[in-house]
Amino acid sequence: MPKLFTGAEIVFKALEDQKVDYIFGYPGGAVLPIYDELKNHKSIKHILARHEQGAGHAAEGYARSSGKPGILLVTSGPGATNAVTALTDAYMDSVPLVCISGQVPTHLIGTDAFQECDTTGITRPCTKHNWLVKDVNDLARVLHLAFEVATTGRPGPVLVDIPKDIQFKKGKYSFSKSTLKKKLNGRATHKTSNKELDKFIDLLKKSSKPIFYTGGGVINSGPQASEYLRELVSLTGFPITSTLQGLGAYPGDDPQFLGMLGMHGTFEANNAMHDCDLMINIGARFDDRITGKVDEFSPGSKKIHVDIDPSSIGKNIKVDLAIVSDVSKFLKSLIKRFKEKNKNFLSSNKQKTSKWWSTIEKWREKKSLNFINSNKIIKPQHAVQRLYELTKDKDTFVTTEVGQHQMWAAQHYKFNKPNRWMTSGGLGTMGYGLPAAIGVQIANPGKLVVDIAGEASVLMTMQEMSTAVQYNLPIKIFILNNEYMGMVRQWQELLHEKNYSESYTAALPDFVKLAESYGCVGIRAKTPDELDEKIKEMVNIDRPVIFDCLVDKAENCFPMIPSGKPHNQMILGPEEEEEISEEGKILV
Amino acid sequence: MAKSKSAYSVPGKIGKIERHIIVIWVDNEAGVLARIAGLFSGRGYNIESLAVAEVDKKKHISRITIVTEGTPQVIEQINLQLKKLVPVHKVADFKRTDKDILFRELALFKMLANSKKQEKIKKICKNFNPVVLDKSKKSFVIQVTALRADIDKLALDLKRYGLISTSRTGAVAMTKGAQIFS
Repeated sequence: MPKLFTGAEIVFKALEDQKVDYIFGYPGGAVLPIYDELKNHKSIKHILARHEQGAGHAAEGYARSSGKPGILLVTSGPGATNAVTALTDAYMDSVPLVCISGQVPTHLIGTDAFQECDTTGITRPCTKHNWLVKDVNDLARVLHLAFEVATTGRPGPVLVDIPKDIQFKKGKYSFSKSTLKKKLNGRATHKTSNKELDKFIDLLKKSSKPIFYTGGGVINSGPQASEYLRELVSLTGFPITSTLQGLGAYPGDDPQFLGMLGMHGTFEANNAMHDCDLMINIGARFDDRITGKVDEFSPGSKKIHVDIDPSSIGKNIKVDLAIVSDVSKFLKSLIKRFKEKNKNFLSSNKQKTSKWWSTIEKWREKKSLNFINSNKIIKPQHAVQRLYELTKDKDTFVTTEVGQHQMWAAQHYKFNKPNRWMTSGGLGTMGYGLPAAIGVQIANPGKLVVDIAGEASVLMTMQEMSTAVQYNLPIKIFILNNEYMGMVRQWQELLHEKNYSESYTAALPDFVKLAESYGCVGIRAKTPDELDEKIKEMVNIDRPVIFDCLVDKAENCFPMIPSGKPHNQMILGPEEEEEISEEGKILV
Repeated sequence: MAKSKSAYSVPGKIGKIERHIIVIWVDNEAGVLARIAGLFSGRGYNIESLAVAEVDKKKHISRITIVTEGTPQVIEQINLQLKKLVPVHKVADFKRTDKDILFRELALFKMLANSKKQEKIKKICKNFNPVVLDKSKKSFVIQVTALRADIDKLALDLKRYGLISTSRTGAVAMTKGAQIFS
């Protein structure tokens, strides 16, 4: 007779076999048996958040900075519903999360019991898959399957709902890998053929106006993928641009890098995307912030799309060569094949792309990220630039909230390594950055972790500062404080006749005193001349810091493709602001 | 309305709408139908008809047949998104016009009709495998199997013969000849 374990023991045995070292969570009635079992498993540490959403974003930060799945443990009812924002965020940005939720005992399911909700029903559209475990003998299989689904193919969140009586019941435990075998799970089922590789190489060779357009898929494919990408870009000599999520896969300060593309991307990146004759999309998904109006998106180009998720290809933009593959595996075989037959490609092809490069240089001369600096008031872009200059020599990890500060961070902070940049791109979750920074710091002890924040966003999950203090996590919350929901204010200025409806926060807390009340350090910078010293002070403190950086309240984020304009017509700065069409105003 | 010049979230050109029959083999587990239906509703796809039943008692495999409409791009997305679902084993996709595929729907009609009328009704239905399932002096229930359009027309024709209730299944599909869907 095999040894029997309680459901709660099975949970931990599975977590141990999956080599989990941290769980982010919050206890409650329906998960008490699991919390009771925690004491018997010393290799697994629990990080107690202050809200399940915070625990979820922390697990995301942990996953994105470490490449391992993040684990979330919550109770039934409100515990599960509070986790929904984080699960949806992870689903949109392809972050592997395993959420374990307690549920009311099986005999109470469906009776509107205390703290009961239809957790699997609520989370079905925001997870890759979820399970309600009604038999303790299914639990081990389901948990291991959950890890497999979360981490294979295009990664994403999964949820396992475990009723309280199942946590007490005794059952068998076994660990068998690869239970998915026969199922598709959105995985690539074929190996890339030489024919496909040759077609790819042929397109590269024929192009005189090429561009690489890379995204979060490169990061998700592991650090090796970034190495291959760098090799391919240097072998071809082609220009490269990146989506918000792809930043760091290619060095941000390299001359072949044109900066981020999209709504707030650089002039040169967006124009190169529009005018190119070959677009090589590696691990990006033609999101609407990138394409703008799809009918007018890069009209003259052949398009290659490499993606691990077959449903991403052809969803928004039709492509000429579709390759369903993991980025790392594909680039490895492509580079091998390319090198075999094209010994001196870089020098022999230089002539062909030289005109393209000089066009790009002309776009670059616009210096679209420039802003009018001031010596009286801190410009938010200046603050990010100074933060970058003063932290670039360290292996710094940056998270952000959502809004203007997020775009300024993406524009002015240059990333050189993958997994150093954690931002909520798909869902655009205000309040993401602070708890994410907690998860990043857990996964990367001793490293500098900065949340570039806005004062409105950060207040949404401010309670997690208490978590940072409890676990001695020296995260730095760098608030660009303009007292407005900046991006809302910007759109109201440009699109709604400066009717700043409800976008000003009239009663903000004193962030320095707030920091002190949490037991961490508060620093305030009011003028440009004290900024550098204060940033250095922040970096040197080995405790959590809230940095209240008072910035220009009226600054707008440029360049910008405004609604109502074609893709290659950007507003570069305040002097170019003009009327936006009536139709443009209704768009998001 | 003037032609929009907008850069964001403007619908692109809409392709030609086609009707497709999609057959899905799934694990017959709790919530599987909700997953399929939720995928359709969540992404704004349309379900015209739906037929589902377990076809393999041992392996607990259900076969779901969905009739849907969409542009070629949407139909492709439906197929690819379905294949991503964990309980889905395989997906097959057909057009109504495919020559080597059989399609059938079943309908039950309840008629208020005396025996004279009943004979007439049977004649109207004669090309659609009519079976009388229940009969009384004043009423009867007739079963037909046919293509969707035939049943649509039949239902219309039967109205003036005392049709008081209609019950229809969704379409089911099968290949002709010896081969099976793969």
